Amino acid sequence: MLSLHKDHQNLVLLAFSVFVVLSIGVAIIPAYQMEEYQPIPGQKDLTVSERKGLGIYISEGCVSCHTQQVRSIEMDKTWGERPSLASDYYYSKQRMDIWRQSPSLLGSERTGPDLTNAGNRQPSDQWHLLHLYNPRLVVEASVMPRYSWLFRQIDTSSVRDDDVTLPRGITKMEGGDVLVAKEDALHLVAYLKSLQQFSFEDPPSTDFIPVLPKEESDNGTSSSSKKSIGASLYQNNCAACHQGTGRGVKGAFPPLAGSLIVNDKNPEMLIKIILMGYDARQEYGVMSPFADKLSDEDIKAIADHERSSWGNSVPKVPIETIIRLRDSISKLQ
Amino acid sequence: MKINPLLIIQTSELTSENWLSSPGVIGTIVLVFIVLFLGVFIFIKRLNLYVDLLEKNTKDLTEKEFEKRLINLDKKEVDEILEQRQRGFKAKLKSADITETSSEYGGFIKKIIDPKNPLFDEKTKSTTTIKISEELKEIIVWYLGAAVFWLVFGTLVGQYVGMKFVWPEMDNSSWLSFGRLRPVHTNTVFWGWASMAMIGLGHYVISRTSNREIFSYKRSKVAFWLMNASVFIGNLFLMGGINNGGGEYREYIWPVTTLFAIGLIVTFFNFYKTVATRKISEIYISNWFILASLIWTIVLTVIGYFPDYQDGLGETVIQGYYMHQGVGMWFMTFTLGLVYYFLPSTLNKPIYSYSLGVLAFWTQMLFYTLIGTHHFVFSPLPWWLQTVAIVFSAGMFIPVFAGSTNFYMTMRGSWSHISKSYVLPFFLVGVVFYFVGSVQGSFQAFRFTNYLWHFTDFNVAHSHMTMYGIITFLMWACMYSILPKITGNEPPQYLVGSHFWLAFIGLIAYMVSLMVGGTLKGLSWIEGNPFIESVILMENYWVWRAVGGSLMFISHIIFGYNFYLMVRKRKEVTLSRKQTLQAESN
Repeated sequence: MLSLHKDHQNLVLLAFSVFVVLSIGVAIIPAYQMEEYQPIPGQKDLTVSERKGLGIYISEGCVSCHTQQVRSIEMDKTWGERPSLASDYYYSKQRMDIWRQSPSLLGSERTGPDLTNAGNRQPSDQWHLLHLYNPRLVVEASVMPRYSWLFRQIDTSSVRDDDVTLPRGITKMEGGDVLVAKEDALHLVAYLKSLQQFSFEDPPSTDFIPVLPKEESDNGTSSSSKKSIGASLYQNNCAACHQGTGRGVKGAFPPLAGSLIVNDKNPEMLIKIILMGYDARQEYGVMSPFADKLSDEDIKAIADHERSSWGNSVPKVPIETIIRLRDSISKLQ
Repeated sequence: MKINPLLIIQTSELTSENWLSSPGVIGTIVLVFIVLFLGVFIFIKRLNLYVDLLEKNTKDLTEKEFEKRLINLDKKEVDEILEQRQRGFKAKLKSADITETSSEYGGFIKKIIDPKNPLFDEKTKSTTTIKISEELKEIIVWYLGAAVFWLVFGTLVGQYVGMKFVWPEMDNSSWLSFGRLRPVHTNTVFWGWASMAMIGLGHYVISRTSNREIFSYKRSKVAFWLMNASVFIGNLFLMGGINNGGGEYREYIWPVTTLFAIGLIVTFFNFYKTVATRKISEIYISNWFILASLIWTIVLTVIGYFPDYQDGLGETVIQGYYMHQGVGMWFMTFTLGLVYYFLPSTLNKPIYSYSLGVLAFWTQMLFYTLIGTHHFVFSPLPWWLQTVAIVFSAGMFIPVFAGSTNFYMTMRGSWSHISKSYVLPFFLVGVVFYFVGSVQGSFQAFRFTNYLWHFTDFNVAHSHMTMYGIITFLMWACMYSILPKITGNEPPQYLVGSHFWLAFIGLIAYMVSLMVGGTLKGLSWIEGNPFIESVILMENYWVWRAVGGSLMFISHIIFGYNFYLMVRKRKEVTLSRKQTLQAESN
């Protein structure tokens, strides 16, 4: 009929048209459908600076190691409160300019952490800048490249008022030199901080899929697992600054090992700092409040972990103290 | 409820500990063992031959006696024999216009191998030379030369990028940072190495199977410059921080890709017109694959870069489609076309089944096109699209089985050639990886295995298994099989052997280390350990990856040298041509 073995025209036409039809069905139509999504009410557009930061995020190829998708599976719980939705990408996935298309943000490899909620996890400017200048200053085991070309080295005397500088000690500056963040670094940090998963008032009931179906009988967690809950909460919320070793980063973030506040018999100051944040000491960066991010149990677990690790050994914090302090703080506000 | 159908089947007593019993994981382990077995097989074949050789030597008493006699020769006798030999050689060289056999002492054997050399034994040389037109030869050498250059450059970049995992502080230059160099590596080996090699070899296949010259060599050259310019400019842009949006293999911005696309269109029409005016009535199966892969890739590039439906997650749908089709419709399809020609021609027998080839062709088109979204399983893309992708990933078993069976059956009965030929091991590795890599890829698309492996370094292992194990090994096989025949120069066999073993062992080290590391990483995530632990645990595996990568890179330098040896023009030839020109002008 078609005599494909002998008729080159029919052969090529058939291969061409079937491929086009399949492509329309599996790529073009779904692509058009995915364009119809609307933003979640209340979701904010990127600012000019954040959009520029997104441009740098793309041109430096951050997407080759960082994903931005919380998948609907249990292990991704760490990266966000809920699985990502198509609407989450409404503002960020638009054509960048005439030469460059819509950025490919979902990613295909997670050599570094997922960044869907990076802004919530790590709200400190100073941390982001140090981390960009040299990731190993704040995360010892990191294999991320340095982005030192986003900073320039100038003399302290020529620093202008609106310049953002890095601490001199930790960046090992000699003489009167100091590192100043270039515009691009500030845009990039603005973008990274804007990465906050939008939370609903009434979360839709999309559940994470567990690895394997769980057995219901497993009730009551042992004390050893409680300890590891504290450790992993600490890893996820505190270790970026205070480090997994509790030693902090000299000239940027204070140590917790041997800290007077942590080792105080009366845990009130420690709990207050966790709840309200802290900016009392010049030589260290600002700590942001965690009252909205952590439950009372979480705070207890973290505080207990801090008070019993790295040579610290003081009694556990009673949960009543945390509840009482949280109440009094909310009354103050 | 959205529940993995795979999991429903095995609800009985499952905990996170018995991940090993998941069919995808078991399948992959079996596949890896197939490859290891292959290495051992080739090695044993070689060893066997060598042991045979040794045994023969020790048993051959007359040879021993002969040796004794040689040792007992006194100095005068030896000098005499040597002089006679020398005279014989000289006489032969002088007489370019052989009228009579010069000296009986010239002997037949020009090269004497040392049977005591334990490492390399001599393989049969390719004896047949094939006469093709100078233009065709020139175009093939152009394309393959560019390919070799891009291979060495691209894998140098790859090796450098791989070392950055071990030493992240290697440099502080923005042009050499990981995020910018990674796409340089992938795009160079895609559009530079593999594409140039395929099109170069494609010229030969199209011309031979149509029994005529290529329609226009001028157009071939235009396409050559366009595509190489695209890779060159595109890489400069990438290193300068200008990319299209970070989608894998779509990193070149559209003006740069347009150059490449025009090159593809020119090549397509050039090939099409050659086939259209062929001097035989049937279209050989290779040409089905080659023409179709060109037309599909042109469509693919247009869809991949057309902007209208790509704001928002539409971009992600297209990305999954584009990235997988780039591999499946371009590299895989074209390479299969080449193998359908070169494998039978190397073995000097017909392909096992033409119909199986046709079946593989149509199923390749139907199934491969639909599986792109398996790169985004559990993502916010529509669930039906993900399911289609997974189902048809399993459907890929059909073209893969059809293709592999065809190749094995063609090779059947010629296994003994493996120990004698330096081309066949490349074919065998490529064909085994075609089966192993493709089937493993299908396993990886299942929801549980995806759960475990997605986002980890396992993906990188898979892509090297396919792009390197399949495509690159088959390209080498085709090049070693055809270049000596058309240029008349063979590379020394110990260099081809070192190329083969370094590349093969390097790939195994690369693959296994990232597969094991990737699995451990996935398990660490499932356990809910802090993220940084998964970075720390990868450290040793990244070192082994870099070691494997180094072996692969060294093998490419050897290959580059072999290529030079195969295509260099002999001085004698140019001299004699000049002489004939002079003679003519006189």
